[in-house]
Formats: sequence, C-alpha cells, structure tokens
Amino acid sequence: MIRESHSIVPPDPQLDKVQRLGLFALGIGLAMLFGSLFKFFSPQLTESLFWVMLLLVMAGGLVYGLRTHLKRPAGIQNNNITRSSISARGALGWTVGIIITTFYVVYYWWPEHIEGMVRFFDPLSQLIRSKPADQWFTYGAFYTIGVLVMGTKAIVKYRHSRYQIIRTCSIILSQLFLAFLIPYWMEAFNKPYFAPNYFWPLEYKVMMPDKFENLKEAGTVGQFIFGWAVVMILLVTPILTYFYGKRWYCSWVCGCGGLANTAGDSWRQLSDKSLKAWNFERISIYTVLVFVIVMTVAVWVTTAFHLIPETSAQLRKVYGFLVGSVMAGVVGTGFYPILGTRTWCRFGCPMAAVLGIIQRFKSRFRITTNGAQCISCGNCSKYCEMGIDVRWYAQRGQDIARASCVGCGMCSAVCPRGVLNLENGPVDQREEYTFDLLEDFKSRHKEKGVQAASAGKPKAKG
Amino acid sequence: MATQPIIIIGNGVAGATAAREIRKRMSEVPILMISGETELHYSRTALMYVFMGHMNFEDTEAYSRDFWRKNRIELKQAWVTSIRGEDKAIELENGEVLEYSELILATGSIPNKFGWPGQDLPGAQGLYSKQDLEEVEESAKTAKHAVLVGGGLIGVEMAEMLISRGIGVTFLVREKNFWGSVLPFEESRMVGKHILEHHIDLRYEDELVEIVAGDNGRVAKVLTKKGKEIPCEIVGLTAGVRPNIDWLRDTEGLELGRGIKVDHYFRTSMPNVWSIGDCAEFTEPLPGRRPIEQVWYTGKMQATFLAETLSGNEREYSPGIWWNSAKFFDIEYQTYGVVMPKPKEGEEVFFWEDQERKLSFRVHFETASRAVTGVNVFGLRHRHQVWEHWISEKTPVTEVLERLPEANFDPEFFRQVEPEILEKWNTQHPDQQVKAAPAAKKGLFSQLLKTLNITS
Repeated sequence: MIRESHSIVPPDPQLDKVQRLGLFALGIGLAMLFGSLFKFFSPQLTESLFWVMLLLVMAGGLVYGLRTHLKRPAGIQNNNITRSSISARGALGWTVGIIITTFYVVYYWWPEHIEGMVRFFDPLSQLIRSKPADQWFTYGAFYTIGVLVMGTKAIVKYRHSRYQIIRTCSIILSQLFLAFLIPYWMEAFNKPYFAPNYFWPLEYKVMMPDKFENLKEAGTVGQFIFGWAVVMILLVTPILTYFYGKRWYCSWVCGCGGLANTAGDSWRQLSDKSLKAWNFERISIYTVLVFVIVMTVAVWVTTAFHLIPETSAQLRKVYGFLVGSVMAGVVGTGFYPILGTRTWCRFGCPMAAVLGIIQRFKSRFRITTNGAQCISCGNCSKYCEMGIDVRWYAQRGQDIARASCVGCGMCSAVCPRGVLNLENGPVDQREEYTFDLLEDFKSRHKEKGVQAASAGKPKAKG
Repeated sequence: MATQPIIIIGNGVAGATAAREIRKRMSEVPILMISGETELHYSRTALMYVFMGHMNFEDTEAYSRDFWRKNRIELKQAWVTSIRGEDKAIELENGEVLEYSELILATGSIPNKFGWPGQDLPGAQGLYSKQDLEEVEESAKTAKHAVLVGGGLIGVEMAEMLISRGIGVTFLVREKNFWGSVLPFEESRMVGKHILEHHIDLRYEDELVEIVAGDNGRVAKVLTKKGKEIPCEIVGLTAGVRPNIDWLRDTEGLELGRGIKVDHYFRTSMPNVWSIGDCAEFTEPLPGRRPIEQVWYTGKMQATFLAETLSGNEREYSPGIWWNSAKFFDIEYQTYGVVMPKPKEGEEVFFWEDQERKLSFRVHFETASRAVTGVNVFGLRHRHQVWEHWISEKTPVTEVLERLPEANFDPEFFRQVEPEILEKWNTQHPDQQVKAAPAAKKGLFSQLLKTLNITS
C-alpha cells in the first residue's frame, strides 16, 4: 500500500480560525457599510473607507468561503445543511431573511433613508461611469459583489464538477459585464442604459413606447439596442431553447439565476417539493406571463391611438409594483433563507414561463436516468431549487422534461449513484422507456422512436 | 366476505416494491404492508445523508403517505412475532392476529455480530435501520472517537458519517486491502488512499478482539488482535449483514438456512408464503450468483418478479446481467457484469487508471472469444443499458473500446478519458490496435455545429 501521511484528525465541522478570521473581516466590512447609513464617517475619510470596506467584504467573504470548502477533498459538500441555523430556517436564517427583505423594501420605496449608503458608493460609481452613485447603482454593486464573491465560493465548493465550474464562471461574467459594467459604461458614454442579458418579457421596459422613443433618439446605438431585444426574444431564445433547454438563459446568463446559484446556494434545498406548490406554480407563472403581455399590448395600443392612457399607465404601474418589485425583489430574493432561492424564477418570471413552454414542448433538453441505478435516496429532489420531485422520475427510470427545470445540474451532481444526466442530443435518438426490471435487455432495447416531449408524461403524481 | 389481504412483512425496498408492483397488476386485492421499523417506506441507503445533515429523514421517504393511500396499500407500524401457517395468519406483538391470502416475508437484514466480547454494550452497533440511526445520533453527541470493524460498504459509509461530525475514526480492516473480497487490488488501493485523504485512521490486517466498557457502562475502548488499545465511544460493527430471520426459527414448516429458503419463484416451504430481498436464500442459487442477494437493486427486481407470479403470470427469477453501484466518500463506483478481484480461468483483464484524478476503468474479457464479461468504473459514470447490451451480446473487447464513448454518462464538459484508455490498450496490445471512433462530442457548442451540419 502506498501510504501518504495524512492527519487522522478529521476537519473540524465547526468554524476554524481561518473561517472565523474571514467572517470577522466580513463583519467589520458590513458594519462599516451599516455605519455609512448614518453618515458616520467624516467626508475626508469616506472615500478611503469605502475602499477599505470593499476590500474587507470581498476578502473576508472569500477567505471564509474558500476555507469552508477547501477543508475537505473535492466532492459534494452538503454536510450539516439540515441542521445549520442559517441554512435550515433557524434564527440566523430568519435574521438574514428579514434584513434582506427590509433592505429591499427601503430601497424600492423609501430610498431617502439610505442616502448615506448611496453616497458611500460614489467612489465606485465615479470610477465606472464618472458620476455620483444613485440607489440603483448601489443596488447593482451589491448584487454584483455578491455574485462575484459567492460565485467564487460556489466554484470551489463544486470544484469536482466541470459543468458547475464552467456554468458558474458564465453567470459571474454575465452579471459582472452584461448586467453591471456594460450598462454603466454605456451611460458613461452618454448612451442609453442597456443590459444585454435582459429582454422582454423579463425586462419589459425595453419594449415600452417611452423607451422606444428614447432609443429612436439615440440613433444607431438605439436601433441596435432595440434590434437586439427583438432578435433575442424572437429568434435567439427559441433556437437556443430548442437545442439546450431553458438553462442556456436561466442557469448561464440571467442575473436572477446567477444570484440564486451563488449567493443563494446554501438555501437551494428549501424549495417546496409538494404537489400543491407545483399546482400553484403553474397558475402563478402563466398568470404573470398573461399579465405582462396584456400590459405591453395595452400600453402600446393606448399610446398609438391616444386612448385611455391613464388606464394603461396604471396597469403598467401595478405590474411594476406587484411583479417587478414585490415578486422579483422582496419575495424573490428577500425570502431566500425561508422559501429557498429561485422563488421568483419558479412562480413569477415571465421569461422563465416562455422558456419553459418551449422546453416542455419543443426542446431536445431532458434529464435522462441511467437504467435502474436509482436508490431513491432523495438527494436530487432535496437539492432541486425549482422544487421538482426529481426522484419521482428517477426511481421509475423515466426521463425528466419539466417546464420549470433550469438545468442547473445539481441533481446530477448530488446523485450518489450517477443516475442523472443533462442531455440535449437529437430527439430521434432518444429511447423513451421505463427501465423494466422484468424484461431482458433485448425487449428493453427495441427501437422506440418516441418524441422527447412525451417524456415528462406524468401529469400529476399518484 | 372480502378476501383476505396480501400481507407484506417489511417495508424496505423489496417489500415496498412488491406492494407497488402487485397493485399495478391487481387493482382489487387488498394489500397490507407491515413494518415495526417505520410507518412509511424510506430509502435505507440514504440513512447516512440524514446523519450527515444533507437531508431530513422525511426526505428519504420515497413515496408520500398520499401515494400509499391513493394506491390503497394499507400501512401498519407493528412488529410481527409469529406466523401461524395452519390458520394463514400472523400474530403481532400486541397479540393482534391478521389473516392473509398470501404472505410475503421481506424482513431484510441485521448487522453481523461474531460473538465479540462487549458487542452488545451501549455504543457498539451496526448501521442498518432507522433505530440504528437514532442510536448513533445519541452516541455522537458526546463521542470523540470511533472504531469501525469490517471494511465494506457500510463501514465506509459510517466512516464518512462520523467524520462529518468531527468524530475521529479508526477503521479496522481484516484484509490486506480495502474490501478486498470484492474489489481488485488497484481499485482497492485507490479507495484506501482516498479514505486516508479523509483523515481516517485506516488499519489493515487488524481485527477486533474485545470491546471494553468504561465506568458509565458504555463502550470505552477496543482491544485488537495486534495488541492495540484504542479508546473510543462508538464501535461500528460493519462486518456485513445477515438475514433477519431469528424470529422465524420456531415456525413450523418454514425451511431456513442462513436465510429463508426459496425457489426461483420466491416460494418458501410454506404454502402461500413467499420471501424476497435480503432475507431470502435460494435453495439453488442462479448460475454465477450468490444464494443471498443483499443489494438494493436485487430486492427491487425480486419483488417485481414475485408480483408478476402472484398476479397469475408465473415468472422464474431471471435478473439478467449483474450490476451494482456505490460511493466511497467522493469516488463513485459502478459495475456491470462480473468482475472478481482476480480474473476467472480463461479470462483476461485490461485496466486503466488515473491515480491523480481518482478514475479507473477495468474490463474483463474471455481470452478465446474476446467477449467482454464485466466492467468496473471508478470516478466515471457509464450507461447501464449500453454495458448490459455489450455483455449480453458478447461484444469483443476491441469493439467495446472503440465504441466506449457510447457508454459515457458523465456530465457535460467532464474530461473525456476514452483516448487515454485506448492509448494504454494500444501500448499493451500492439497486435490488436484499436482506432478511436470519432469522439462522441457532448459539448453544447459541438452539438450545435453537428446539428447544423457544419461539421460532419
């Protein structure tokens, strides 16, 4: 036997010194941030203190995150998730949830109370777009820092899986450039705000008449932006979703998914797996889709014909409040530690609804199961952030083609028997069968040119 | 009067599958599933994840209460004490007597204990049932160190469980290699190294001699054959399991061996009494298979065959190509066909490994016909159906190697090791060169190119 020298003391499941150091730095950084709310710092010092805060938060978060996952060899690292206060709806989880929710509420509706914090971010805003910060810039900065730091943590946590590494790099870069830097660089050059990874129906504002007028005034750049939005939703979205499923967007490009899979990773298991939740999901997500379509059409029609503009403006306002702010922000993100991540993606996002319809009925994407290898352990269902009862299919040897699946790949990663795989090979090559333990291989392997879409057949459990 | 129910004793995977499969085939017959362990069937193999905090116990329940209700499968949590064959009835611990039309014994296993002094002390236990889990939960609250006895699958699971709570583990393995009765040397070496990487004090060729109690009457230390004294608060007895049949010893007319004796239709020696899963022992084992099959998958398969027979379509057990899978800490393992530690007479071996990345691939094939007979993969995921096909069809090893990417079930973007495997084969077999079939590209972009016919 080759015997390498290994300590026989197992890693401490509690926080060790390095983790504590990281958390301490993070804590000081956050305390400074909190202090900025009360304009605590003298104006001369503010700028340097801002950079110190940024360094402490990012470095502290990284030291903590990397140490946590490098303590043990590469592999699934879900130890203690069902017991830890922060990830199992304990006191810490609730505290974090309440803080984030409060933060969202104040940000959306009472921004004057956070003026101090917004001013604190002036140095960063000046650096990126040569003008002072506003509440939205500050919010974007928070969001991006969260995705960056926690994304790096996720890469280290899932370092045994190249799918997860590459995917996480994609969502980090997408958030950093497409959702944060590019839009603000555009502003710096006096061009219209443009985040290339968001388009109608998720970012409905791009398709509103007032924005259209703005873009028209902006000349070629404006035409490009409008053209981009149209091409992305009408052409690129159906094509990519046909080939790869909705994951190309939800798990690779979208910032909402990005935050869920980075900052929200330790709460992914909290999603509701019940049939009730699935039924609610189907009603709520398509209701929002209908809402956004009606609203968009109404605004255009009333603008074009100068009819009842107040009513359509009202409709837009209600949509913005209920869907844009309450569902996507306050509940969608604020309730991470309570409802799990992806609440917005699952129950509200109209873009996810469109992608889901294509995925369910006209896509090659599906999760295949490997023969009869499932041991019904339940890890796949537990760690599905979309609340899909993956095991229901896996233990029956059935492929999974559900509208809500965002293709994060975590069911495949946590499966201890290698049963699940995300696939998008040609549809006609796929065999749709339930692995029948009674049949010998010959009858199992009969040619069965069954279409992909029929794989997700079960309409309800039972 | 309504017909008496089919009663199933035991709600493990064999019992639960039997209930489901019988209901699928017979919509009217009443079914009653009894277990003393839990009310609902759960995934036994997932107990470790509950202890480690990956899942809550409810998450391991493979079917909801609602599922059983909808399928009109009645559940009862109770211990059965005896069978009265002449009355076609069973008796419960509380004295209740239930009549059956057919009785299925699926009582599973209990951990092996080999008469070690102190084996019944508090703190010494196996890990099989929910009650075992509760016991180790209790001991883990104060334990600093544990000793595991017996290097098999349950041992390695228990090691992983305990270190997840920061409890040190000494792992006593009787053999020279880890799970050497099943794994070939190289795989065993890889797993052994990986166990060390997880800070386990792995000791080969040492055995438990005695478990010594402390002042509190609980486990305090173990003495080993090599004369070592290891202080510990938990002793994991993980030297395999045996059929849970002690309660049946006095049953008149029921033939027992190590397990409940059955024929290839799962008939016991008593009329209308059947037995499946871990507790059943074939009077005549199927060729190349063990008399007692203690695996999740065989339990499921046996139950399915029995359901077919009970529904009037007699089916002799013919499970096809053997397969199994497991996970040793972070290393996944799958096997299809038969891979013994040493190749059988008339067989050859081809083996490839990457020790750094903890991957290996072993194929056994017949020297004369070149037909593949079995495969072991570590750290790689392979397709069940493809291997089943190759082995049943006696596909020559060279063809298998050429078409190896077809069996690849790894997630997208995972490094494809097939070229490295082929290279090794070609180096070792200059006279039987294998040319790689064009790589089955799995990447997103290459799929697009392929679809659009940009590349051939």
